[in-house]
This record gives sequence, structure tokens and C-alpha cells, in this order.
Amino acid sequence: MKLIIAIIQPHKLEAVKQALEDVDVNLMTVTNVLGQGRQKGHTEIYRGAKEAGGLLNKVRLDIAVNEDFVEPTIAAITKGAHSGKVGDGKIFIVDLRECIRISNGERGGKAIG
Amino acid sequence: MNSGDTAWVLTSTALVLLMTIPGLAFFYGGLVRRKNVLSILMQCFIILCVISLQWMLFGYSLAFGPSFHGIIGNLDWAGLNGVGVAPNPAYAATIPHSVFMIFQAMFAVITPALIIGAYAERVKFSAFLVFTLLWATFVYDPLAHWVWNTGGWLKALGGLDFAGGIVVHVSSGISALVLAIMLGKRIGYNHKPIRPHNLPFTVLGGALLWFGWFGFNAGSALAADGIAANAFVATHMATAAAGLTWALIEWWQNGSPTILGAVTGAVTGLVAVTPACGFVSPINAMFIGIMVATICYLAVAVIKAKLGYDDSLDAFGVHGVGGTVGTIATGIFAQKAVNAAGADGLLFGNVHQLLVQGLMVVVAVAFAVIMTWIIFKIVDAIVGMRVEENNEVVGLDLTQQSEAAYTVIE
Repeated sequence: MKLIIAIIQPHKLEAVKQALEDVDVNLMTVTNVLGQGRQKGHTEIYRGAKEAGGLLNKVRLDIAVNEDFVEPTIAAITKGAHSGKVGDGKIFIVDLRECIRISNGERGGKAIG
Repeated sequence: MNSGDTAWVLTSTALVLLMTIPGLAFFYGGLVRRKNVLSILMQCFIILCVISLQWMLFGYSLAFGPSFHGIIGNLDWAGLNGVGVAPNPAYAATIPHSVFMIFQAMFAVITPALIIGAYAERVKFSAFLVFTLLWATFVYDPLAHWVWNTGGWLKALGGLDFAGGIVVHVSSGISALVLAIMLGKRIGYNHKPIRPHNLPFTVLGGALLWFGWFGFNAGSALAADGIAANAFVATHMATAAAGLTWALIEWWQNGSPTILGAVTGAVTGLVAVTPACGFVSPINAMFIGIMVATICYLAVAVIKAKLGYDDSLDAFGVHGVGGTVGTIATGIFAQKAVNAAGADGLLFGNVHQLLVQGLMVVVAVAFAVIMTWIIFKIVDAIVGMRVEENNEVVGLDLTQQSEAAYTVIE
């Protein structure tokens, strides 16, 4: 089992969700986050005082999958979020030790999907 | 008595109340961080309660009561003794005396509320209360007496201040600067920019200020007459010109016109036209608007940054500087053709009026600086003006009031 964490452009969320549904990945957690990467931040001006490099709005997806879904999930996120420019985001993959469904106590691979 | 006049001044009174809450409260409230928004709303709200009572008990009598040598009123009218339905012809012959009193009460309320912008996000609530009460009593009431009391010594010199450029804006603005310097900077100021937490609130509050200001300025005619009409139109045109001017300067200087700039500019226009609106023509009010937005932009965006004091919400940059510009501009643009009870200014051949206006500014600044310094020292020694460092970091909403404006989790 793997936990896939993706940081993407907010306006790509719908496309990524659609691409994930197309490969039958339907369970995810989505949060608004702030961050900075190679893409420089906006400059904001308040009464003449400039603030450069403010953190940018991004969307984070947390998706837990079984091993055979890892590559299709990566492909779907990449397809939905890709524009080829700086700021498209990143995908992180970490090993997932356990997964428990709270409603019925199921564990492991069965609990993920 | 005249029912039209009475109706207009009563309506204007309610409009001026609207300037403090919710106008100023939201104008300032949007500019602070989310952890301090309730502290601003609370300060504006409680000032309305406290100063209204102070005004009834003794403030009105000090400011407008029978004069002791032009310096201060005696306490004959304390508790509104003798201030009833019968008009007081010395101030307004066609409306009940009590209507004049309650109209003036709203001015006494908003003036110390303007100062909140200077010590926002770091003042202790108890100290704020004591300071406000002392400041209203020892700065506002005497100054209102000097300029507006029929026996006041500045009025006797011929100083023109239609609706409170000196009494309201210069006094609060210069006191704000003294407080900002004495209180010191907010933690983190200069190291990281402090961003407004809700600019839509600020725009909403600024728009309500514009609306309420028609009562403040046109109501100051104390009658529903031609002077009120001129003050109304002049107020509007100065504000429109100032809002546009600030936005254009920003566009030219920084590449983008901002809504915060437009609304700030508009408020500078409202401030500057306040002393002038009953004495100047609408076209000259427009020039005042252009002038004040330019000068206040320099004060806020350039000079403040160079001098490095932390006037959190620019109470000095907008009200102190704007009030000064307006008071001086009144000495330039005033004309008897607009208001026979006024005077001609520099443009109409009367240098003397400009000098008197300048003298009023000097007197008001000197008096406000000295008194604010003294009151600060007293309150700081007894109560402590500034919150403890960890309270400032956590925020005033939680540490001074034990409440939070916004929930993140249900």
C-alpha cells in the first residue's frame, strides 16, 4: 500500500479528479494549502508597501492506493495537472503501513478501495 | 423652530453614528490580522457607549457650555442640565438644543475612535479605555471649545473649521502619531509585511464612511439649507477626486491601481474637505481632493517608510496629514460668495485667513502632542499601555476579550 500526496495548481483540480475517476480511483482527501517552489510568488501592494514572493495557493490531494493502482494514479494526476510550466506541482509517494476503515474495522488492502 | 432643520440634523446625527459603527470599525477591522479584528470592533463599539455618557455627564458642558475666558466650558450644563427642547440661538436657532447636543455627541465619539488606527494590534483594552476617557476630556473637549464654542478663543480669531478638520482630524491624527511612536512598533513590523486580513471589510467600512460623512459635513450646517447643499456637493466631489487620484498615483508608481488605495484616497478627500465644505465651491473642493490624496500618498507610502514609525492603520497619515491639508486649503479656497458667514481665502485676496488657519494647525498640533504625551505617561504608569509580548503574538481577540472572530474547525 502507498500513500500518494500530490500538490497541484488549484485550477487543475477538476481535470485531475476526472482523470482519477477514469482509472477507477475514487477516494481522496483534498485540502487548500499554501506553498512555494521554483515558481515565484505574486507581488502584493498595500498602501504603497510592496510584499514580494507571497506564498501561492495550491491544492493537496492525499490518496491511499494498493500497489497495482500506484502507476495508474501517478499517470492520471500527471495527465490532469500537467501544463509543462514551472508551478505544476509535485507528487510524493510514501509506504503505507496500515489502513483501517472505521465503519467496520476492515484492515489493509480491502479497506483502501 | 423649523421642522425641516430638525429632521435633517436628527438624520445627520444617525449618519454620523454610522461612521463609527460599523463604518470606521470595518474600515479598520479589515486592515488588521484575523486575530485582532474583534479588538477593533470592540474598541469602536465601546467608545460609542463610553463617550456618549461622558458627553451627557460633563463633556458637552466642557466643550459647549458657558465659556471660562475662552478656554473651557463650565459645568452649568453637566448632566444636560438646561439642555432641552428650547433652541440655543448661539449655536442653532431653529432646532432643539438637545438635537445640537446629540449631533455633537457623535463627533466626540468618532474622534478618539480614529486614534485606534495608531495603536491597533498591541494596546491593552483597560489602558485604551482609560486613555480614551482622559483624551476626550482633556484634548477633545477643550479643542472643541476653542474652535466651536461661541466664546472660544480660536473662533474669536476668525478660524474656519466647518465640520471638524482641526477639532476632529488634526487632533486625533497628531495624537495618533505620538501614540504610535511612544507605544513602539508591533512585533515583526519591518521584518515581515503585515497584510490586511479582509479588504472587502475595509471597502465596506470605507463606503459607509463616505455615506455617513454627508451627515457629518452637510449636517454641520445645522439647517436644511443652501449651505448644507453646498457642503454635501463639495464633500462628494472632493472625495471622488481624491479616490481617483490615489488610484492613478498607484497605477503610475506601482503598476496597479488597488481598491485599498482608492478607498484610502477617498477617505483622505473626506477628511480634507471637512473643514472646507461649507466655505468652498464644488470645483475648488475637487482641487482639494486631488491635493490631499497626493500629499497623503507621499506621507503614507514614502515618508512613513523612511521614518520607520508604526502607525498601524495610518491614522496620522490619513487624518493628521489630511486634516492639516484641509484646514490650510480652507484658508486658500474659502469664499464669501459661497457662505457669507465665512471668509475669503488667499485665492480671493485675503492672506490673513490663511495665516489664521495655519495658526489653528500649530495650536492644535502643539496642544495635542503635549497632552497626549502626558496622558500616555500617566496611563502607562498606572495600567500599562501595551499588552505583554505573548498576548500580542496570540492576538488581542483571545487575550483581551476571550473570543475568536472566525472558526476554522466546527
